[in-house]
Amino acid sequence: MKFFGRFAAIRGISGSFAPGRLYVVLGDNGAGKSTLLRMVAGLMEPSQGTFTLLGTNNHREVAHRVGYMGHAPLLYDELSGMENLRYFAGLYGLNDDDVCRKAMQMVGLDPDLSRRIGQYSQGMRQRLSLARAVLHDPELILLDEPFSNVDMHSAREMAAVLGRIRDKGKTIFVVTHQAALMEGVADEFVHMAAGQVVAREEVVRKAAIPNAEWTPR
Amino acid sequence: MTTLGVTRTTLLKDLRMEWRSKDAINSMLFFALLVVVIFSFAFNPTAEESRRIAGGLIWVAFLFAAVVALNQTWARELRNQVLDAYRVSPAPPNALFLAKAIGNFFFVVVLEALMAPLFVVFYDLRSVGPVWQLIVVALLGTWALVVNGTFFAALSIRTRSREIMLPLILFPISIPALLAMVDATTSILTGEASPDFWIKMLAVYDVVFTAVCLLLFESVLNAE
Repeated sequence: MKFFGRFAAIRGISGSFAPGRLYVVLGDNGAGKSTLLRMVAGLMEPSQGTFTLLGTNNHREVAHRVGYMGHAPLLYDELSGMENLRYFAGLYGLNDDDVCRKAMQMVGLDPDLSRRIGQYSQGMRQRLSLARAVLHDPELILLDEPFSNVDMHSAREMAAVLGRIRDKGKTIFVVTHQAALMEGVADEFVHMAAGQVVAREEVVRKAAIPNAEWTPR
Repeated sequence: MTTLGVTRTTLLKDLRMEWRSKDAINSMLFFALLVVVIFSFAFNPTAEESRRIAGGLIWVAFLFAAVVALNQTWARELRNQVLDAYRVSPAPPNALFLAKAIGNFFFVVVLEALMAPLFVVFYDLRSVGPVWQLIVVALLGTWALVVNGTFFAALSIRTRSREIMLPLILFPISIPALLAMVDATTSILTGEASPDFWIKMLAVYDVVFTAVCLLLFESVLNAE
């Protein structure tokens, strides 16, 4: 349970989620999707009840195994893309520029772009934000509205990138209102309403996502 | 991913961002400059009077100027909710606090170094006591201001009127330190008394409040 004052944002979610799958969390505004994701990420404590994440109740123990992309970009406008990634890599004890370069390339951004990200388009910021979330190769990736303000082509590419990351055995939760984008890559649709999981819908996928590079238009 | 390593990484990032925007240093400089010039015209003191009032004047100017910068300390972390990226990482919370406090210390020390010659010129200041003691008081006093200021700025980031909240919480808690800074500075400038007691008091204040801030920062960072 999670209360904001007297309002229950999350009410009695119970269930388990198998690893190595891509879950798409759907629901109307106020359904509790983002709150659930923030609780799993360790940004909020449940008001009542407990949850076990990657085998522990102590979030800090597994923080290096979790990647989180919020509704906001979670990036510094005054730094370039590489400078941002270098800083966040440092927080995970990674001091290898190659890791940052590969993460930028994975989302179709040029690592040599010296522009500060305050001058990036919304779509570029979202892609860089995804790169930041997966930089440290986490086992569990939590993405809150990753496609908002992203054009359709880039959103499809991002969805394909997520499919490829899942194929490497990672568990991904995507909160989105654009379910159609995830149809080819999702393993399960989780429907939420009024702070509860109201339905879980398994998807049978036809094939793995081809291991292609980002294809700029 | 040691505390020292993350402190260094965060400090370098903050210095780079400040170097590019110069937000904190410009606003502090402008504010301190105004105080020096206006007080100088308002009081027009003689050299002897200056020595007696300069301790209070200098530290009040630096305290107000520091608050301007301290209010901006966490602003960059709130924009785009970047603080959440730090909170979900395994980096130690105290490393963030130390980096912010050291960064603010650096900015205020730079401000003091730039403003010191102006104080000398505008108030015709000559120190009777040893100048090196003034440097010790400046370093200890500045740390006292920024360590509490950084902590209380973090405490007030989730409040609506944080620009007002910070001085409201910071000033009362800084009174013992301010008293020690002013009395130590006046003692050195006039040469009439030994500043040793006040310097020791500042050192104890610094140790106690640094320890308390480090102990409590994680709770402040993760408060909902």
